[in-house]
Amino acid sequence: MNTKAILEVKDLHAWFGNTEAVKGVSLSAAYNAVTAIIGPSGCGKSTFIRCLNRLHEELPGAYATGHVLIENIDIYDKKVDPVSIRRKVGMVFQKPNPFPSLSIFDNVVAGLKLAGVKRQSTLKEIAEQSLLSAALWSEVKDKLHAPGTSLSGGQQQRLCIARALAVEPTVLLMDEPTSALDPISTAKIEELMTELRKKVTIVIVTHNMQQAARISDQTAFFLSGELIEFGETSQVFTAPQKEQTERYITGRFG
Amino acid sequence: MQSTWYPINMSRFKIRRRSRREAHLGDLVFSYLLRLLSLGLALLLLMIGFFLFRGAFASISRFGWDFITGSVWDPVQEIFGSAPVLYGTLVSSLIAVIIAAPLSVGIALFLNELAPPLISRSIGFLIEMLAAIPSVVYGLWGIFVLAPSLRTRVEPALVKYLGWIPLFSGPFYGVGMLAAGLILSIMIIPTIFSLSREIFRTIPMAQREAALALGATRWEMMKISVLRSSKSGIGGAIILGLGRALGETMAVTMVIGNRAEISASLLAPAQTMASVIANEYAEASNDIHLSSLIEIGFLLFVVTFIINGFARIFILRESKS
Ligand SMILES: Nc1ncnc2c1ncn2[C@@H]1O[C@H](COP(=O)(O)OP(=O)(O)OP(=O)(O)O)[C@@H](O)[C@H]1O
Ligand SMILES: [Mg+2]
Repeated sequence: MNTKAILEVKDLHAWFGNTEAVKGVSLSAAYNAVTAIIGPSGCGKSTFIRCLNRLHEELPGAYATGHVLIENIDIYDKKVDPVSIRRKVGMVFQKPNPFPSLSIFDNVVAGLKLAGVKRQSTLKEIAEQSLLSAALWSEVKDKLHAPGTSLSGGQQQRLCIARALAVEPTVLLMDEPTSALDPISTAKIEELMTELRKKVTIVIVTHNMQQAARISDQTAFFLSGELIEFGETSQVFTAPQKEQTERYITGRFG
Repeated sequence: MQSTWYPINMSRFKIRRRSRREAHLGDLVFSYLLRLLSLGLALLLLMIGFFLFRGAFASISRFGWDFITGSVWDPVQEIFGSAPVLYGTLVSSLIAVIIAAPLSVGIALFLNELAPPLISRSIGFLIEMLAAIPSVVYGLWGIFVLAPSLRTRVEPALVKYLGWIPLFSGPFYGVGMLAAGLILSIMIIPTIFSLSREIFRTIPMAQREAALALGATRWEMMKISVLRSSKSGIGGAIILGLGRALGETMAVTMVIGNRAEISASLLAPAQTMASVIANEYAEASNDIHLSSLIEIGFLLFVVTFIINGFARIFILRESKS
């Protein structure tokens, strides 16, 4: 594993109008590392990762300050166009959200088409690759032109992962990607992530401690908008430095 | 403890059941009342259709299909062909839809997706208020403002630069098909606008974020997430607007010039189904004239009924998916 940091967050603050939801978070992630974000509900996990592709600011009244370096480019630099950032930073949401008006195939290549790829053969090739990477190919290869919403919840989520992978992002953000899924689909997606990490740096929000322990290299524990503890996953789960972390991961949290 | 707890609970259970049954009775009465009412309304609709048909019977049996294909409308000679007024209704409504549809959908999209909330709410409110203005007020505005400015500014330019197209050729008077189409377009904007905005509002934020997170610009996001998935709903909204335009009477009667002739030019005066009825009904010279006017009313009734039916089907299909 290359240890050079690909993602560096420095003193990130995020606001909803007058309320500060993320209060000065700094952390970094190496190439191909999986970073888990854990913490109680409402502590700012979603807000935090939505700042990493500048999606946070799309909500009315929301804004963020600080620095987020991706491959040494500060995405909060005034000269940077958020649209170009979002092509490099993929995102998978808590609830599967395929485009209902598009077919499975068109869902997967939607990002490519936005990026201006037009050649049908290229699109087909990348669609197959992405669906293979998302472990969905065998299930949908015979009905690529059915609507994306005709799939089951777990399949839709993998379709969304394929859609995010198709544009070959350097960082993949996942906000509780398995919380709406059954154990089997969850296991599939976890398995998938151990494959995906070879190609892409993953930041995942999860409420599932076992999941965080299983799949991540490093873990960040958030509490009311602040980063309480950040370190190697094994260390955070076996020998947490802060009392609050220990209380949370042992389930004794207030 | 358990033994004292249990009977209390039971009695509570009984009370609840009794009050439930009462509520149920209320529900029953109410639902029958509603059923009766809706049945009554359906019956009323049928009866209106029937009375129109009965009133039109003399004309239907005398002219047959000639009534629809005939292009001469001459009460003096007792020749009644409604092709000119069918044409007038169709063309003025089409002009209205062609202008109003993109405008209304565009404004709805802009207000819902781009404009700050305060602007969105106030402009939305103003546009919806357009629907509250009485038709005759539109007509007055048409006569005193729209028609004169068409005659002195717009139409001379149209004839000068686009006169080689038959649509914009010939003499112009201000009042005419173009004026009617324009005024209709303003009148149906609120219909198409409100429905489109309602449809855009039902699209979940998650759809928009899906597109943005893929690197879509705002405009691309609107295309993929908003417009694409509301196509049939917008279709329904437009058809509903068309339905409104077809039946609109007062304002059109005041600005269309009231000449029952088919002319290639939009600048020429024309006549619509609704306006011919409004114009001639009071002074209908004889029974067959009256019956012919009622037949036009009957046709208008059937056409708007079908059009509105289509619109509902479109919108229903949208809200189901
Ligand atoms: N759209 C919004 N407008 C205003 N405040 C918001 C908004 N979304 C979230 N917040 C606030 O920001 C804080 C952080 O919310 P966030 O969604 O990031 O929490 P979270 O850690 O992802 O929680 P969960 O585990 O429940 O998903 C919360 O206190 C919440 O009330
Ligand atoms: Mg969240």
